[in-house]
Amino acid sequence: MASTRPNQLFRNKSAKIAAIPMIVTALFVFVGGTAWTIVYSFTGSGLLPRLKWVGLDQYERLWDTRKWMISIENLAIYGFSMLILVFVIGFILAALLDQKIRFENTIRTVILYPYALSFVVTGLVWQWILNPEFGVQNIVRGWGWETFTFDPLYNAEIAIFGILIAGLWQGSGLVMVLMLAGLRGIDQDVWKAARVDGIPSWKTYLFIVIPMMRPVFITTLVLVVTGIVKIYDLIVAQTGGGPGIATEVPAKYVYDMMFQANNLGQAFAASTMMLVTVALVVIPWAFLEFGGSKNRG
Amino acid sequence: MNRTSKLLAATAIVAASSASATELEVMHWWTSGGEAAAVQEFAAAFDATGNTWVDAAIAGGESARAVMVSRLTGGDPMGAFQFNHGRQAEELIEAGLLRDITDIAEAEGWKDIVNPSTLLNACTVDGRIYCAPVNIHSWQWLWVSHKAYEDVGVSVPTNWDEFVAASQALADAGKTPLAMGQQGWQQSGAFNVMFAALVPSEIYLSVYGDKNAEVAAGAEVARVFSAAADARDMSSTSTVQNWNDATNLVITGQAGGQIMGDWAQGEFAVAEQVAGEDYSCLPGLGVTELLGTGGDAFYFPVLSDDAQIAAQSELAALMLKPETQVAFNLKKGSLPVRGDIDLSSANDCMQKGLALLADGALLPDTNMLLTSDTTNQINTLFTEFFADASISAADAQVDFVKIIERAE
Repeated sequence: MASTRPNQLFRNKSAKIAAIPMIVTALFVFVGGTAWTIVYSFTGSGLLPRLKWVGLDQYERLWDTRKWMISIENLAIYGFSMLILVFVIGFILAALLDQKIRFENTIRTVILYPYALSFVVTGLVWQWILNPEFGVQNIVRGWGWETFTFDPLYNAEIAIFGILIAGLWQGSGLVMVLMLAGLRGIDQDVWKAARVDGIPSWKTYLFIVIPMMRPVFITTLVLVVTGIVKIYDLIVAQTGGGPGIATEVPAKYVYDMMFQANNLGQAFAASTMMLVTVALVVIPWAFLEFGGSKNRG
Repeated sequence: MNRTSKLLAATAIVAASSASATELEVMHWWTSGGEAAAVQEFAAAFDATGNTWVDAAIAGGESARAVMVSRLTGGDPMGAFQFNHGRQAEELIEAGLLRDITDIAEAEGWKDIVNPSTLLNACTVDGRIYCAPVNIHSWQWLWVSHKAYEDVGVSVPTNWDEFVAASQALADAGKTPLAMGQQGWQQSGAFNVMFAALVPSEIYLSVYGDKNAEVAAGAEVARVFSAAADARDMSSTSTVQNWNDATNLVITGQAGGQIMGDWAQGEFAVAEQVAGEDYSCLPGLGVTELLGTGGDAFYFPVLSDDAQIAAQSELAALMLKPETQVAFNLKKGSLPVRGDIDLSSANDCMQKGLALLADGALLPDTNMLLTSDTTNQINTLFTEFFADASISAADAQVDFVKIIERAE
């Protein structure tokens, strides 16, 4: 064994050489850029980066700013609701489509279609749909319910759920397609065996099929979570952060600080906090996922 | 037809002098009707010199400034760009990204002709001049619609107190007493106008100039905040976003008035409204008649191409020439930066402004006193304050004091 170890590094030489550009890019752009951002978050940089140390001032100010607190809260509400609902809706749609129904292709395309639209278009469409003067509220009132009120985007308390509706409409299709692919990957014999044993189909889904679809779930989770953390364009198109500052999100805070307030230090402090939040979620998960796989075999 | 022939003429000139014609990309955020007409005056004058004005307009000051700064710092400078002079450009100058145009200023004698001289001071860093001021804009105006008050049978208010008193009559008639675009800069701008007009100017200068947090926490500023709360009540039915949409509510008589800078006058002019007949303008809200001397200026990035540098110089000199100043400012609704030109063709409102300018009833603009970081925080505060009626004036003042404490 010992004699084969040094060769390990030089195995698949061409593949490794081919990967060098990507590794260098990853190291310099991602790791280097991240380190640079963190370092400058401890400076009083204004419009241009300057090494004028201010210690933790930027962080103190950040956590003392109501706009940032509201941003964090919004991201949490949007994130949890989105994560749960998009999986439930996506899976139910996929399970329904999996019943060997007619026009499956057509329905699948229709449901996936919103995903082909950018967040900017999605945001504008839903801004109009949710506008009380010519959207849903107006239509329902036209049917006779004169007192019907549905204007989430104009009510600071629930405005973030107006954003959530648009996010779900856009994202559910993708989750459905991924889930459908996962369901099609399940061997039909599993279903036959379950049927022979007399297990009701909802139980088969919940206790047999879903555990077998674990890899699909992981992939979907990563896609959905990254989509949630980087949410920015939907907000800008749909509400611009309003009413007031009710739908601000961290990514928008960073942008506003960087390009409108010309305060790079504050923007970097905010983005470092975003990184920390993501790391707090990803690192324990990565330990569980990859650390655990060794034990499994 | 007229425009076509002008265009043809311009094309002919350009073609004739094609050897020296240089394209210069000029960035600005003048996109509303009156503004676009004004910038066209610059473009036409510049094209007449044989160069070509390449118009790069970006709607919205905030997004435009973001694009300009990222292009400059990213090493892709444009030929010239509009900016609010004052502290916003400080760092760009320190970083050596902007061209020193002192030689042009001296050749054209700007020191003697620019009035008030604070405008040129705002362009000056360490004795060198970096920008060409093109106009004077003042925020301190209340625009009042005569039609709105005639509709409800109330006499047109002549000052802020009368305006507040008459607001109930308008609200009862289903009109919006005060039109206000739902954007932070408009809301904080209106606050600053009340600040300048309703309390003595020493207070304003002490808070914004010296960043005195004690004064900011005091009773005088509390009065301004309670006036802002009045403004919030009066504008609660105003749902428009852009300032010119809000101005349009005043023009059509759906709203009683609007607090907005003198650029709003361009919109009244485009709508063919007559000052004194269809609308009134009250400088300093009709309480303390004074003007802030903000304004627009053009900066010129450092370039390497000689032809482009020459075109920059030509443009800078051109912008302060008497003919260009008159043509531009009449369309823009702003005041000219030189006191030695004839503006007898200006309307009522501009005459009022010119008189105040001559009297020296002036106040430095917030852009000259505050960094964009502080301005941005104040904008956020008022976005929140105007959107949420549950925030009391006293709470908002506490946040305001915090911002002033932190300001540089």
